[in-house]
Amino acid sequence: MSHPTPTLTLADAPPATHPSTRSREFWSGARAVLPLVLSAIPFGLLYGALGIQAGLSPAATIGMSLFVFAGSSQFVGANLVSALAPIPVIVLTTFIVNLRHALYAATLAPHLKHLGQRWLLPLGFMLTDEAFAVTIQRFEGENGTSPHRHWYVFGAELLMYLNWQVCTVLGVVAGSLMGDASGLGLDFAMSVTFIGIVVPLIRNRPMVAAAVAAGVVALLTYQLENKVGLMLAAAAGIAAGYFTEVWSANKQGERHE
Amino acid sequence: MNEVLLVGGMAAVTFAMRYPVLALVSRVSLPEWAIRALRYVPVAVLTAITLPAVAAPDGGVVRVGLDNAHLYAGIIAALVAWRTRNLLATIGLGMVVFFVWKMVFGG
Repeated sequence: MSHPTPTLTLADAPPATHPSTRSREFWSGARAVLPLVLSAIPFGLLYGALGIQAGLSPAATIGMSLFVFAGSSQFVGANLVSALAPIPVIVLTTFIVNLRHALYAATLAPHLKHLGQRWLLPLGFMLTDEAFAVTIQRFEGENGTSPHRHWYVFGAELLMYLNWQVCTVLGVVAGSLMGDASGLGLDFAMSVTFIGIVVPLIRNRPMVAAAVAAGVVALLTYQLENKVGLMLAAAAGIAAGYFTEVWSANKQGERHE
Repeated sequence: MNEVLLVGGMAAVTFAMRYPVLALVSRVSLPEWAIRALRYVPVAVLTAITLPAVAAPDGGVVRVGLDNAHLYAGIIAALVAWRTRNLLATIGLGMVVFFVWKMVFGG
C-alpha cells in the first residue's frame, strides 16, 4: 500500500473551522439512519426469540448478530436450523440471501476509495440495507463530497449495529422465558415481514417474472432433501428476471430502429 | 449441530460479499450482467422462502383449505403491502388477520 495511514493525511487537510467535521458527519449519519434503526427494533427482538425457538443456543443466536449481522439471512438461518438443514446448505443459502451486499459495496466503493483497509474493514463488515440506503442518498447529494464522508457511513452503520445487538439480546431473553412458543405464530411473523419487503419491490415485468419463477420452482421443490429447493428456486428467479430484462430491452431496441 | 461452524460459515460468506468488493472494486469493477442479475436476488430469494412457508406451513403438502391461516393471512398481507408499500403496516395488519383467521377457522 502506498498510503499506509490515509485517515491521518485526511485529518490534517481541513482547517479546524471546516464546516464538515468528523463528529458532525458521524452524528449526521446516525441521525439519518435513526428511523430505520427504530423500525429494526421489532425485527431484532423477533430474531432473538426466533433463534432460541429454532433450537439455537443463546450464544449462537447472539453470535449470528455479532458476526453475520445481516437480518434477513439470520431469520432464514434460524428457520433452516429448525428445519434441520445441514450446515453447508445453510451457509450456501446465506450466501445467496446476502449476494445483494456485493451490489451495495460496488456502488459505495467509488466514494470510499480514498480510504485504507483500517476503514474499509469495519465499514464493509457493518454494511447493511439500511446504512446503504442513507449513505448512497448522502453521497449522491450535495453534501456527499466532504473529506470526512466516511464518518457519515460509520455513524449510520455503528448505530444500526449496536441497536441490533441490544435487540437480539432482549429477544433471546424473551425467547428463553417463553418456553415452547410454536403456537404463537412467530414463523408467520417472518413470512409476513418478507412479504412486506418483496411486494413493493415488484414494480416491473422482470421483477414479476423473477417472483413467479422463484415461487413456482419453490412450490415444486420445497420437499426436496436438505432444502436444496430454495437454491434452485432462487436461481430460477434470478435467471427469469435477468433474461426478461435483457429480452424486453432488445425488443425495445428493435422498435426504435 | 456445530454452532461455531454454522455461525463462522455464515459470517464468512456474508463478509465476503461486503468487504472485498468494497476494497477491490476501484480496481476490478463488477461486470454489467452481474450488476443486473444481482437486482433480482432479493425478490427471488424471499419469494422462494415465503411461498412454501405460507402454502405448506407444516412442511407437508400444500394446503389451500380455510384452515390454513398462513396462506390467507399471507395473501391479505401481500395486498396490504401492494396498496400501502408500508412494511410496518403490512406486518401489523398481517399478524392481526393471522390471529383472527386462526380463531375463526381453527388450524
